[in-house]
Amino acid sequence: MNTQARFPAASRLLHWLMAPMIVAMLFIGVGMAASLSPRYELLVSIHRPLGIAVFVLCLARIVNRFINPPPELPDTVPSLQRFAAKASHVVLYALMFIMPLVGWGMLSAARYPIVLYGPLRLPPILPHDLTLYAWLRDLHTGLAYAFFATFLVHFGAALFHGLVRRDGVLGSMASW
Amino acid sequence: MSTNPTEKIEREDNTRNGGTSTKNTKPFRFRAAQVTRVGVPVRLGAIAAVMLSVGAAFAGVGGWLSPSRLTQDRMMAAFEDASGTHAGFRHNHAKGVCVTGWFESNGQAAGLSKAAVFKPGRIPVVGRFALAGGMPFQTDKPATVRSMALRFLPPGGEEWRTGMNNIPVFAVNSARGFYEQLLASSPDPATGKPDPEKMKAFLAAHPETVRALQLIKKRQVTSGFANSTFNSLNAFRFVDAAGASVPVRWSTVPVQPSAADSAEPSAPGDKNYLFDNLIAQITQHPRQWRLIVTVGQANDPTNDATLPWPDGRRQVDAGTVTIDQASSEDSGSCTAVNYDPLVLPSGIEPSDDPLLSARSAAYARSFTLRAEEEHEKPPSAVTAREVQAGGNS
Repeated sequence: MNTQARFPAASRLLHWLMAPMIVAMLFIGVGMAASLSPRYELLVSIHRPLGIAVFVLCLARIVNRFINPPPELPDTVPSLQRFAAKASHVVLYALMFIMPLVGWGMLSAARYPIVLYGPLRLPPILPHDLTLYAWLRDLHTGLAYAFFATFLVHFGAALFHGLVRRDGVLGSMASW
Repeated sequence: MSTNPTEKIEREDNTRNGGTSTKNTKPFRFRAAQVTRVGVPVRLGAIAAVMLSVGAAFAGVGGWLSPSRLTQDRMMAAFEDASGTHAGFRHNHAKGVCVTGWFESNGQAAGLSKAAVFKPGRIPVVGRFALAGGMPFQTDKPATVRSMALRFLPPGGEEWRTGMNNIPVFAVNSARGFYEQLLASSPDPATGKPDPEKMKAFLAAHPETVRALQLIKKRQVTSGFANSTFNSLNAFRFVDAAGASVPVRWSTVPVQPSAADSAEPSAPGDKNYLFDNLIAQITQHPRQWRLIVTVGQANDPTNDATLPWPDGRRQVDAGTVTIDQASSEDSGSCTAVNYDPLVLPSGIEPSDDPLLSARSAAYARSFTLRAEEEHEKPPSAVTAREVQAGGNS
Protein backbone atom coordinates (compact mmCIF):
# COMPACT_ATOMS: atom_id res chain seq x y z
CA MET A 1 0.00 0.00 0.00
CA ASN A 2 2.03 2.88 -1.21
CA THR A 3 2.10 4.48 -4.62
CA GLN A 4 -0.92 3.08 -6.48
CA ALA A 5 -3.82 4.05 -4.24
CA ARG A 6 -6.10 5.43 -6.93
CA PHE A 7 -9.30 3.84 -8.13
CA PRO A 8 -9.09 2.80 -11.79
CA ALA A 9 -10.34 5.42 -14.25
CA ALA A 10 -13.51 3.47 -15.14
CA SER A 11 -14.43 3.24 -11.46
CA ARG A 12 -13.85 6.94 -10.91
CA LEU A 13 -15.89 7.79 -13.99
CA LEU A 14 -18.82 5.62 -12.87
CA HIS A 15 -18.62 6.98 -9.32
CA TRP A 16 -18.67 10.62 -10.34
CA LEU A 17 -21.29 10.05 -13.02
CA MET A 18 -23.64 8.33 -10.62
CA ALA A 19 -23.01 10.39 -7.49
CA PRO A 20 -24.86 13.51 -8.70
CA MET A 21 -27.58 11.36 -10.25
CA ILE A 22 -28.23 9.51 -7.00
CA VAL A 23 -28.12 12.63 -4.85
CA ALA A 24 -30.48 14.32 -7.32
CA MET A 25 -32.80 11.29 -7.16
CA LEU A 26 -32.95 11.46 -3.37
CA PHE A 27 -33.73 15.18 -3.34
CA ILE A 28 -36.21 14.93 -6.22
CA GLY A 29 -37.87 11.98 -4.51
CA VAL A 30 -38.33 13.63 -1.14
CA GLY A 31 -39.43 16.82 -2.87
CA MET A 32 -42.03 15.23 -5.12
CA ALA A 33 -43.47 13.15 -2.29
CA ALA A 34 -44.32 16.40 -0.51
CA SER A 35 -45.08 18.68 -3.44
CA LEU A 36 -48.43 19.93 -4.72
CA SER A 37 -46.79 22.63 -6.80
CA PRO A 38 -46.51 22.85 -10.59
CA ARG A 39 -42.99 21.43 -10.21
CA TYR A 40 -44.48 18.04 -9.25
CA GLU A 41 -45.06 16.95 -12.84
CA LEU A 42 -41.53 17.92 -13.86
CA LEU A 43 -40.02 16.15 -10.84
CA VAL A 44 -41.92 12.93 -11.55
CA SER A 45 -40.98 13.05 -15.23
CA ILE A 46 -37.29 13.31 -14.24
CA HIS A 47 -37.43 10.80 -11.36
CA ARG A 48 -38.65 7.84 -13.44
CA PRO A 49 -36.12 7.84 -16.31
CA LEU A 50 -33.28 8.96 -14.01
CA GLY A 51 -34.01 6.03 -11.70
CA ILE A 52 -33.87 3.60 -14.60
CA ALA A 53 -30.60 5.22 -15.75
CA VAL A 54 -29.16 4.67 -12.25
CA PHE A 55 -30.20 1.02 -12.48
CA VAL A 56 -28.50 0.51 -15.85
CA LEU A 57 -25.33 2.26 -14.67
CA CYS A 58 -25.44 0.23 -11.46
CA LEU A 59 -25.31 -2.98 -13.50
CA ALA A 60 -22.30 -1.62 -15.36
CA ARG A 61 -20.74 -0.68 -12.04
CA ILE A 62 -21.14 -4.15 -10.56
CA VAL A 63 -19.45 -5.63 -13.62
CA ASN A 64 -16.73 -2.98 -13.37
CA ARG A 65 -16.12 -3.82 -9.72
CA PHE A 66 -15.15 -7.35 -10.70
CA ILE A 67 -12.95 -6.19 -13.57
CA ASN A 68 -11.45 -3.30 -11.63
CA PRO A 69 -11.30 -4.13 -7.92
CA PRO A 70 -10.99 -1.07 -5.68
CA PRO A 71 -7.62 -0.30 -4.05
CA GLU A 72 -7.12 -1.50 -0.50
CA LEU A 73 -7.56 1.00 2.30
CA PRO A 74 -4.30 2.14 3.94
CA ASP A 75 -3.06 -0.20 6.69
CA THR A 76 -3.40 2.69 9.10
CA VAL A 77 -7.20 2.56 8.95
CA PRO A 78 -8.43 0.83 12.12
CA SER A 79 -10.38 -2.37 11.71
CA LEU A 80 -13.70 -0.91 12.85
CA GLN A 81 -13.50 1.89 10.27
CA ARG A 82 -12.35 -0.67 7.72
CA PHE A 83 -15.45 -2.74 8.46
CA ALA A 84 -17.70 0.35 8.34
CA ALA A 85 -16.25 1.32 4.97
CA LYS A 86 -16.79 -2.15 3.50
CA ALA A 87 -20.28 -2.46 4.95
CA SER A 88 -21.38 0.99 3.78
CA HIS A 89 -20.18 0.24 0.27
CA VAL A 90 -22.13 -3.01 0.22
CA VAL A 91 -25.21 -1.08 1.42
CA LEU A 92 -24.73 1.62 -1.24
CA TYR A 93 -24.39 -0.96 -4.02
CA ALA A 94 -27.41 -2.86 -2.74
CA LEU A 95 -29.51 0.30 -2.56
CA MET A 96 -28.58 1.60 -5.99
CA PHE A 97 -29.54 -1.81 -7.38
CA ILE A 98 -32.75 -2.33 -5.37
CA MET A 99 -34.23 1.20 -5.26
CA PRO A 100 -34.93 1.47 -9.02
CA LEU A 101 -36.38 -2.06 -9.01
CA VAL A 102 -38.68 -1.26 -6.08
CA GLY A 103 -39.73 1.94 -7.88
CA TRP A 104 -40.40 0.09 -11.12
CA GLY A 105 -42.18 -2.68 -9.20
CA MET A 106 -44.40 -0.35 -7.21
CA LEU A 107 -45.48 1.56 -10.33
CA SER A 108 -46.21 -1.82 -11.91
CA ALA A 109 -48.32 -2.98 -8.96
CA ALA A 110 -50.28 0.29 -9.10
CA ARG A 111 -50.54 0.09 -12.92
CA TYR A 112 -49.12 3.52 -13.42
CA PRO A 113 -47.56 3.69 -16.87
CA ILE A 114 -43.76 3.67 -16.51
CA VAL A 115 -43.02 6.52 -18.87
CA LEU A 116 -39.39 7.13 -19.76
CA TYR A 117 -39.79 9.77 -22.42
CA GLY A 118 -42.56 10.53 -24.90
CA PRO A 119 -44.04 7.25 -26.12
CA LEU A 120 -41.19 5.23 -24.55
CA ARG A 121 -42.56 3.09 -21.70
CA LEU A 122 -41.31 0.15 -19.67
CA PRO A 123 -43.56 -2.87 -19.21
CA PRO A 124 -44.95 -3.71 -15.77
CA ILE A 125 -42.87 -6.27 -13.87
CA LEU A 126 -45.44 -7.17 -11.20
CA PRO A 127 -49.17 -7.93 -11.11
CA HIS A 128 -51.74 -5.16 -10.52
CA ASP A 129 -52.23 -5.43 -6.76
CA LEU A 130 -53.04 -2.67 -4.24
CA THR A 131 -51.57 -4.49 -1.24
CA LEU A 132 -48.35 -5.19 -3.08
CA TYR A 133 -48.23 -1.53 -4.15
CA ALA A 134 -48.71 -0.30 -0.57
CA TRP A 135 -45.90 -2.53 0.63
CA LEU A 136 -43.47 -1.51 -2.11
CA ARG A 137 -44.39 2.17 -1.82
CA ASP A 138 -43.54 2.15 1.90
CA LEU A 139 -40.38 0.17 1.17
CA HIS A 140 -39.37 2.77 -1.44
CA THR A 141 -39.65 5.54 1.16
CA GLY A 142 -37.86 3.55 3.86
CA LEU A 143 -35.01 2.61 1.53
CA ALA A 144 -34.76 6.21 0.34
CA TYR A 145 -34.18 7.44 3.90
CA ALA A 146 -31.65 4.65 4.45
CA PHE A 147 -29.98 5.61 1.17
CA PHE A 148 -29.78 9.26 2.15
CA ALA A 149 -28.38 8.38 5.59
CA THR A 150 -25.77 6.06 4.04
CA PHE A 151 -24.85 8.67 1.46
CA LEU A 152 -24.42 11.25 4.23
CA VAL A 153 -22.15 8.92 6.23
CA HIS A 154 -20.18 8.08 3.06
CA PHE A 155 -19.81 11.80 2.28
CA GLY A 156 -18.79 12.59 5.86
CA ALA A 157 -16.28 9.72 5.88
CA ALA A 158 -14.77 10.96 2.61
CA LEU A 159 -14.32 14.41 4.13
CA PHE A 160 -12.88 12.82 7.27
CA HIS A 161 -10.28 10.97 5.19
CA GLY A 162 -9.53 14.11 3.21
CA LEU A 163 -9.47 16.72 5.96
CA VAL A 164 -8.61 14.92 9.18
CA ARG A 165 -6.81 11.67 8.42
CA ARG A 166 -5.34 12.97 5.16
CA ASP A 167 -4.42 9.41 4.26
CA GLY A 168 -4.95 9.57 0.51
CA VAL A 169 -8.28 7.73 0.58
CA LEU A 170 -10.28 10.74 -0.62
CA GLY A 171 -7.71 11.34 -3.34
CA SER A 172 -7.94 7.74 -4.48
CA MET A 173 -11.43 8.58 -5.79
CA ALA A 174 -11.35 12.37 -6.01
CA SER A 175 -8.45 12.81 -8.38
CA TRP A 176 -8.37 13.26 -12.10
CA MET B 1 -4.61 16.00 -2.11
CA SER B 2 -1.07 15.57 -3.29
CA THR B 3 -0.15 12.87 -5.72
CA ASN B 4 3.52 13.00 -4.91
CA PRO B 5 4.37 9.40 -3.90
CA THR B 6 7.14 10.31 -1.50
CA GLU B 7 4.94 12.69 0.34
CA LYS B 8 2.24 10.05 0.57
CA ILE B 9 4.62 7.48 2.03
CA GLU B 10 5.91 9.96 4.52
CA ARG B 11 2.40 10.85 5.51
CA GLU B 12 1.42 7.24 5.96
CA ASP B 13 4.45 6.58 8.10
CA ASN B 14 3.40 9.51 10.10
CA THR B 15 -0.06 8.20 10.76
CA ARG B 16 1.33 4.82 11.63
CA ASN B 17 3.67 6.29 14.18
CA GLY B 18 1.14 8.70 15.53
CA GLY B 19 -1.69 6.23 15.86
CA THR B 20 -4.97 6.56 14.09
CA SER B 21 -7.30 8.04 16.62
CA THR B 22 -8.67 11.45 15.79
CA LYS B 23 -8.15 12.37 19.41
CA ASN B 24 -4.44 11.80 18.95
CA THR B 25 -2.62 14.51 20.84
CA LYS B 26 0.57 14.18 18.88
CA PRO B 27 0.34 16.59 15.94
CA PHE B 28 0.43 15.16 12.43
CA ARG B 29 3.33 16.42 10.37
CA PHE B 30 2.41 17.48 6.91
CA ARG B 31 4.23 19.44 4.37
CA ALA B 32 1.06 21.12 3.15
CA ALA B 33 -0.52 22.09 6.41
CA GLN B 34 -0.06 21.49 10.10
CA VAL B 35 -2.92 19.69 11.72
CA THR B 36 -2.70 20.93 15.24
CA ARG B 37 -4.71 20.04 18.29
CA VAL B 38 -6.93 22.96 17.40
CA GLY B 39 -6.99 22.00 13.75
CA VAL B 40 -8.61 18.60 14.19
CA PRO B 41 -11.68 19.79 16.11
CA VAL B 42 -12.14 22.65 13.65
CA ARG B 43 -11.95 20.25 10.74
CA LEU B 44 -14.31 17.80 12.42
CA GLY B 45 -16.65 20.69 13.13
CA ALA B 46 -16.52 21.76 9.52
CA ILE B 47 -17.35 18.22 8.38
CA ALA B 48 -20.25 18.05 10.83
CA ALA B 49 -21.51 21.43 9.62
CA VAL B 50 -21.38 20.32 5.98
CA MET B 51 -23.22 17.08 6.80
CA LEU B 52 -25.82 18.94 8.84
CA SER B 53 -26.39 21.39 6.00
CA VAL B 54 -26.95 18.60 3.50
CA GLY B 55 -29.33 16.92 5.96
CA ALA B 56 -31.16 20.19 6.53
CA ALA B 57 -31.47 20.78 2.79
CA PHE B 58 -33.02 17.31 2.45
CA ALA B 59 -35.47 18.01 5.28
CA GLY B 60 -36.24 21.40 3.76
CA VAL B 61 -37.05 19.91 0.34
CA GLY B 62 -39.21 17.32 2.12
CA GLY B 63 -41.28 20.12 3.67
CA TRP B 64 -40.43 19.34 7.30
CA LEU B 65 -38.90 22.73 8.04
CA SER B 66 -41.75 24.86 6.68
CA PRO B 67 -45.05 24.32 8.50
CA SER B 68 -46.88 26.74 6.18
CA ARG B 69 -45.87 24.95 2.98
CA LEU B 70 -48.81 23.14 1.42
CA THR B 71 -47.72 19.51 1.16
CA GLN B 72 -49.56 16.37 0.09
CA ASP B 73 -49.93 15.28 3.71
CA ARG B 74 -51.40 18.63 4.73
CA MET B 75 -53.91 18.44 1.87
CA MET B 76 -54.93 14.95 3.03
CA ALA B 77 -55.31 16.26 6.60
CA ALA B 78 -57.58 19.04 5.32
CA PHE B 79 -59.80 16.45 3.59
CA GLU B 80 -59.99 14.56 6.87
CA ASP B 81 -60.90 17.76 8.75
CA ALA B 82 -63.70 18.42 6.28
CA SER B 83 -65.07 14.89 5.87
CA GLY B 84 -63.68 12.74 8.66
CA THR B 85 -61.33 9.80 8.28
CA HIS B 86 -62.57 6.87 6.23
CA ALA B 87 -59.92 4.16 6.06
CA GLY B 88 -59.48 2.61 2.64
CA PHE B 89 -61.53 5.17 0.69
CA ARG B 90 -60.44 7.88 -1.72
CA HIS B 91 -59.97 11.20 0.04
CA ASN B 92 -62.18 12.91 -2.55
CA HIS B 93 -64.98 11.51 -4.70
CA ALA B 94 -65.11 8.83 -2.04
CA LYS B 95 -68.55 7.41 -2.92
CA GLY B 96 -68.55 5.69 -6.27
CA VAL B 97 -69.21 2.71 -8.46
CA CYS B 98 -67.06 0.99 -11.10
CA VAL B 99 -68.15 0.62 -14.71
CA THR B 100 -66.72 -0.87 -17.86
CA GLY B 101 -67.38 -0.51 -21.55
CA TRP B 102 -65.58 0.74 -24.62
CA PHE B 103 -64.65 3.80 -26.62
CA GLU B 104 -65.37 3.78 -30.32
CA SER B 105 -63.15 6.40 -31.92
CA ASN B 106 -64.40 7.84 -35.19
CA GLY B 107 -60.94 9.17 -36.09
CA GLN B 108 -62.02 12.80 -36.21
CA ALA B 109 -59.67 13.88 -33.39
CA ALA B 110 -56.70 12.06 -34.94
CA GLY B 111 -55.80 15.22 -36.85
CA LEU B 112 -55.47 17.12 -33.57
CA SER B 113 -53.66 14.48 -31.53
CA LYS B 114 -51.37 11.65 -32.54
CA ALA B 115 -52.53 9.60 -29.49
CA ALA B 116 -53.41 6.02 -30.42
CA VAL B 117 -56.72 6.37 -28.60
CA PHE B 118 -58.02 8.66 -31.40
CA LYS B 119 -57.26 6.33 -34.29
CA PRO B 120 -60.50 4.85 -35.63
CA GLY B 121 -61.48 1.72 -33.74
CA ARG B 122 -62.78 0.33 -30.49
CA ILE B 123 -60.79 0.12 -27.25
CA PRO B 124 -61.77 -0.99 -23.72
CA VAL B 125 -62.64 1.55 -21.05
CA VAL B 126 -62.66 1.15 -17.24
CA GLY B 127 -64.57 3.93 -15.54
CA ARG B 128 -65.94 5.16 -12.27
CA PHE B 129 -68.94 7.32 -11.43
CA ALA B 130 -68.73 9.15 -8.12
CA LEU B 131 -69.92 12.02 -5.99
CA ALA B 132 -67.54 14.80 -4.98
CA GLY B 133 -66.53 15.01 -1.36
CA GLY B 134 -64.68 12.84 1.08
CA MET B 135 -67.75 11.13 2.62
CA PRO B 136 -68.06 7.59 1.23
CA PHE B 137 -71.54 7.10 2.76
CA GLN B 138 -73.11 10.48 2.00
CA THR B 139 -76.74 10.52 0.87
CA ASP B 140 -77.15 11.13 -2.87
CA LYS B 141 -78.40 14.66 -3.48
CA PRO B 142 -79.09 16.37 -6.80
CA ALA B 143 -76.75 19.31 -6.24
CA THR B 144 -73.72 17.26 -5.21
CA VAL B 145 -71.08 17.41 -7.91
CA ARG B 146 -71.07 14.19 -9.97
CA SER B 147 -67.98 12.80 -11.64
CA MET B 148 -67.10 10.38 -14.38
CA ALA B 149 -63.57 8.99 -14.51
CA LEU B 150 -62.33 7.04 -17.52
CA ARG B 151 -59.32 4.91 -18.25
CA PHE B 152 -58.84 4.33 -21.98
CA LEU B 153 -56.77 1.24 -22.76
CA PRO B 154 -55.50 1.31 -26.35
CA PRO B 155 -53.17 -1.48 -27.46
CA GLY B 156 -49.52 -0.73 -26.77
CA GLY B 157 -49.87 0.46 -23.18
CA GLU B 158 -50.18 4.19 -23.84
CA GLU B 159 -53.24 4.67 -21.72
CA TRP B 160 -55.20 7.81 -20.99
CA ARG B 161 -56.95 8.59 -17.72
CA THR B 162 -59.29 11.46 -17.09
CA GLY B 163 -61.63 12.53 -14.31
CA MET B 164 -64.47 14.86 -15.27
CA ASN B 165 -67.21 16.67 -13.32
CA ASN B 166 -70.76 17.80 -14.13
CA ILE B 167 -69.91 21.46 -13.53
CA PRO B 168 -68.95 24.01 -16.19
CA VAL B 169 -65.87 25.37 -14.37
CA PHE B 170 -63.90 24.43 -11.28
CA ALA B 171 -64.47 26.41 -8.07
CA VAL B 172 -60.79 27.18 -7.46
CA ASN B 173 -57.75 27.76 -9.64
CA SER B 174 -54.90 26.67 -7.34
CA ALA B 175 -53.97 24.01 -4.82
CA ARG B 176 -53.83 26.71 -2.14
CA GLY B 177 -57.36 27.84 -3.06
CA PHE B 178 -58.63 24.26 -2.86
CA TYR B 179 -56.97 23.78 0.52
CA GLU B 180 -58.39 27.00 1.95
CA GLN B 181 -61.83 26.10 0.64
CA LEU B 182 -61.59 22.75 2.43
CA LEU B 183 -60.56 24.44 5.68
CA ALA B 184 -63.37 26.99 5.37
CA SER B 185 -65.96 24.27 4.85
CA SER B 186 -64.70 22.03 7.67
CA PRO B 187 -67.02 21.63 10.64
CA ASP B 188 -66.17 23.72 13.68
CA PRO B 189 -65.34 21.31 16.53
CA ALA B 190 -67.54 23.37 18.89
CA THR B 191 -70.72 23.38 16.81
CA GLY B 192 -70.15 20.42 14.49
CA LYS B 193 -71.04 22.73 11.60
CA PRO B 194 -68.95 24.85 9.23
CA ASP B 195 -68.42 28.39 10.44
CA PRO B 196 -70.14 30.73 7.93
CA GLU B 197 -67.69 33.47 8.83
CA LYS B 198 -64.80 31.34 7.64
CA MET B 199 -66.48 30.70 4.30
CA LYS B 200 -67.23 34.42 3.99
CA ALA B 201 -63.56 35.22 4.62
CA PHE B 202 -62.48 32.58 2.10
CA LEU B 203 -64.78 33.97 -0.59
CA ALA B 204 -63.64 37.52 0.12
CA ALA B 205 -60.08 36.41 -0.56
CA HIS B 206 -61.01 34.42 -3.69
CA PRO B 207 -63.08 36.46 -6.16
CA GLU B 208 -62.37 33.81 -8.83
CA THR B 209 -64.30 31.31 -6.69
CA VAL B 210 -67.24 33.71 -6.30
CA ARG B 211 -67.46 34.07 -10.08
CA ALA B 212 -67.07 30.33 -10.65
CA LEU B 213 -69.72 29.43 -8.07
CA GLN B 214 -72.23 31.64 -9.91
CA LEU B 215 -71.66 29.61 -13.08
CA ILE B 216 -71.76 26.34 -11.14
CA LYS B 217 -75.07 27.21 -9.45
CA LYS B 218 -76.62 28.19 -12.78
CA ARG B 219 -75.93 24.79 -14.37
CA GLN B 220 -78.80 22.55 -15.26
CA VAL B 221 -78.82 19.58 -12.88
CA THR B 222 -80.14 16.49 -14.65
CA SER B 223 -81.96 13.52 -13.14
CA GLY B 224 -78.93 11.27 -12.89
CA PHE B 225 -75.46 10.22 -13.92
CA ALA B 226 -76.61 8.80 -17.26
CA ASN B 227 -77.84 12.12 -18.65
CA SER B 228 -75.15 14.34 -17.12
CA THR B 229 -72.47 16.10 -19.12
CA PHE B 230 -69.01 15.76 -17.59
CA ASN B 231 -66.25 18.29 -18.23
CA SER B 232 -62.47 18.01 -17.95
CA LEU B 233 -62.38 21.54 -16.42
CA ASN B 234 -58.59 21.67 -16.72
CA ALA B 235 -57.05 22.48 -20.07
CA PHE B 236 -54.60 20.16 -21.82
CA ARG B 237 -52.72 20.27 -25.09
CA PHE B 238 -53.27 17.98 -28.06
CA VAL B 239 -50.13 17.38 -30.10
CA ASP B 240 -50.42 16.18 -33.68
CA ALA B 241 -48.05 13.96 -35.65
CA ALA B 242 -46.12 17.03 -36.88
CA GLY B 243 -45.59 18.27 -33.32
CA ALA B 244 -48.05 21.18 -33.52
CA SER B 245 -50.14 21.63 -30.39
CA VAL B 246 -53.46 23.25 -29.53
CA PRO B 247 -55.08 23.90 -26.14
CA VAL B 248 -58.10 21.70 -25.50
CA ARG B 249 -60.73 20.90 -22.92
CA TRP B 250 -62.99 17.89 -23.30
CA SER B 251 -66.41 16.70 -22.21
CA THR B 252 -68.52 13.59 -22.30
CA VAL B 253 -71.99 14.58 -23.50
CA PRO B 254 -74.82 12.09 -22.93
CA VAL B 255 -76.47 10.52 -25.95
CA GLN B 256 -79.52 9.63 -23.83
CA PRO B 257 -81.97 12.52 -23.55
CA SER B 258 -81.42 15.01 -20.80
CA ALA B 259 -84.08 15.30 -18.13
CA ALA B 260 -84.15 17.84 -15.36
CA ASP B 261 -83.73 16.44 -11.90
CA SER B 262 -86.99 15.55 -10.27
CA ALA B 263 -85.21 14.86 -6.98
CA GLU B 264 -87.40 11.79 -6.72
CA PRO B 265 -85.52 8.79 -5.42
CA SER B 266 -86.28 5.53 -7.20
CA ALA B 267 -87.44 4.20 -3.86
CA PRO B 268 -88.37 6.41 -0.93
CA GLY B 269 -85.47 6.82 1.43
CA ASP B 270 -82.92 5.42 -1.03
CA LYS B 271 -79.67 7.01 0.04
CA ASN B 272 -78.02 5.75 -3.14
CA TYR B 273 -80.72 6.77 -5.63
CA LEU B 274 -78.30 8.30 -8.15
CA PHE B 275 -76.14 5.17 -8.19
CA ASP B 276 -79.09 2.78 -8.12
CA ASN B 277 -80.75 4.53 -11.03
CA LEU B 278 -77.51 4.42 -13.01
CA ILE B 279 -77.04 0.70 -12.33
CA ALA B 280 -80.66 -0.02 -13.28
CA GLN B 281 -80.29 1.96 -16.51
CA ILE B 282 -77.03 0.24 -17.48
CA THR B 283 -78.62 -3.14 -16.72
CA GLN B 284 -81.49 -2.30 -19.10
CA HIS B 285 -79.23 -1.26 -21.97
CA PRO B 286 -75.78 0.33 -22.42
CA ARG B 287 -75.52 4.09 -21.89
CA GLN B 288 -73.50 6.34 -24.17
CA TRP B 289 -71.64 9.63 -24.16
CA ARG B 290 -69.99 11.50 -27.01
CA LEU B 291 -66.43 12.56 -26.33
CA ILE B 292 -66.38 16.20 -27.41
CA VAL B 293 -63.05 18.00 -27.68
CA THR B 294 -63.21 21.80 -27.50
CA VAL B 295 -60.27 23.49 -29.21
CA GLY B 296 -59.15 26.70 -27.53
CA GLN B 297 -57.70 29.76 -29.21
CA ALA B 298 -54.49 31.58 -28.44
CA ASN B 299 -55.89 33.83 -25.72
CA ASP B 300 -58.19 31.33 -24.03
CA PRO B 301 -57.09 30.78 -20.43
CA THR B 302 -55.40 27.41 -19.97
CA ASN B 303 -53.99 28.05 -16.50
CA ASP B 304 -57.24 28.91 -14.72
CA ALA B 305 -59.95 26.27 -14.40
CA THR B 306 -62.43 28.78 -12.92
CA LEU B 307 -62.68 30.59 -16.28
CA PRO B 308 -64.93 29.26 -19.05
CA TRP B 309 -63.82 29.50 -22.64
CA PRO B 310 -65.92 31.71 -24.90
CA ASP B 311 -68.86 30.11 -26.72
CA GLY B 312 -68.42 29.18 -30.33
CA ARG B 313 -65.06 27.46 -30.01
CA ARG B 314 -64.44 24.65 -32.47
CA GLN B 315 -65.73 21.33 -31.15
CA VAL B 316 -64.64 17.95 -32.45
CA ASP B 317 -66.69 14.82 -31.82
CA ALA B 318 -63.96 12.22 -31.18
CA GLY B 319 -66.21 9.19 -30.75
CA THR B 320 -68.56 7.47 -28.35
CA VAL B 321 -68.03 6.07 -24.88
CA THR B 322 -70.37 3.16 -24.20
CA ILE B 323 -70.85 1.87 -20.65
CA ASP B 324 -72.45 -1.57 -20.49
CA GLN B 325 -71.52 -2.94 -17.07
CA ALA B 326 -71.44 -1.71 -13.50
CA SER B 327 -69.81 -3.30 -10.47
CA SER B 328 -69.34 -2.39 -6.84
CA GLU B 329 -66.04 -0.82 -5.88
CA ASP B 330 -65.57 -3.69 -3.47
CA SER B 331 -64.84 -6.03 -6.37
CA GLY B 332 -64.63 -3.67 -9.30
CA SER B 333 -61.94 -3.09 -11.86
CA CYS B 334 -61.68 0.64 -11.01
CA THR B 335 -60.83 0.11 -7.35
CA ALA B 336 -57.08 -0.33 -7.75
CA VAL B 337 -56.91 2.52 -10.28
CA ASN B 338 -55.77 6.04 -9.55
CA TYR B 339 -57.52 8.32 -12.07
CA ASP B 340 -54.45 10.53 -12.18
CA PRO B 341 -55.05 13.34 -14.71
CA LEU B 342 -51.39 13.23 -15.73
CA VAL B 343 -51.58 9.65 -16.99
CA LEU B 344 -51.56 10.74 -20.61
CA PRO B 345 -50.51 9.11 -23.88
CA SER B 346 -48.02 10.89 -26.09
CA GLY B 347 -50.23 13.18 -28.14
CA ILE B 348 -51.93 14.63 -25.04
CA GLU B 349 -49.86 16.90 -22.81
CA PRO B 350 -50.56 18.86 -19.66
CA SER B 351 -51.26 22.57 -20.01
CA ASP B 352 -49.84 25.23 -17.71
CA ASP B 353 -52.79 24.74 -15.33
CA PRO B 354 -51.24 24.42 -11.84
CA LEU B 355 -54.19 22.26 -10.75
CA LEU B 356 -52.97 19.38 -12.92
CA SER B 357 -49.82 18.83 -10.88
CA ALA B 358 -51.76 19.44 -7.67
CA ARG B 359 -54.44 16.90 -8.60
CA SER B 360 -51.89 14.34 -9.73
CA ALA B 361 -49.88 14.71 -6.53
CA ALA B 362 -52.89 14.66 -4.21
CA TYR B 363 -54.44 11.68 -6.01
CA ALA B 364 -51.16 9.79 -5.71
CA ARG B 365 -51.02 10.42 -1.95
CA SER B 366 -54.67 9.46 -1.50
CA PHE B 367 -54.09 6.33 -3.57
CA THR B 368 -51.13 5.31 -1.43
CA LEU B 369 -53.05 5.91 1.80
CA ARG B 370 -56.03 3.83 0.74
CA ALA B 371 -53.72 1.08 -0.52
CA GLU B 372 -52.10 1.01 2.92
CA GLU B 373 -55.53 0.94 4.60
CA GLU B 374 -57.09 -1.57 2.23
CA HIS B 375 -57.39 -4.29 4.90
CA GLU B 376 -59.36 -1.94 7.22
CA LYS B 377 -61.81 -0.72 4.58
CA PRO B 378 -65.50 -1.40 5.29
CA PRO B 379 -67.79 -2.30 2.36
CA SER B 380 -68.55 0.61 0.01
CA ALA B 381 -71.96 2.33 0.09
CA VAL B 382 -72.90 0.70 -3.20
CA THR B 383 -72.32 -2.97 -2.43
CA ALA B 384 -71.85 -5.88 -4.80
CA ARG B 385 -75.26 -7.22 -3.75
CA GLU B 386 -76.88 -3.91 -4.61
CA VAL B 387 -75.31 -3.93 -8.07
CA GLN B 388 -76.35 -7.57 -8.65
CA ALA B 389 -79.91 -6.71 -7.69
CA GLY B 390 -79.88 -4.22 -10.55
CA GLY B 391 -79.59 -1.14 -8.41
CA ASN B 392 -82.33 -1.86 -5.91
CA SER B 393 -80.92 -1.47 -2.46
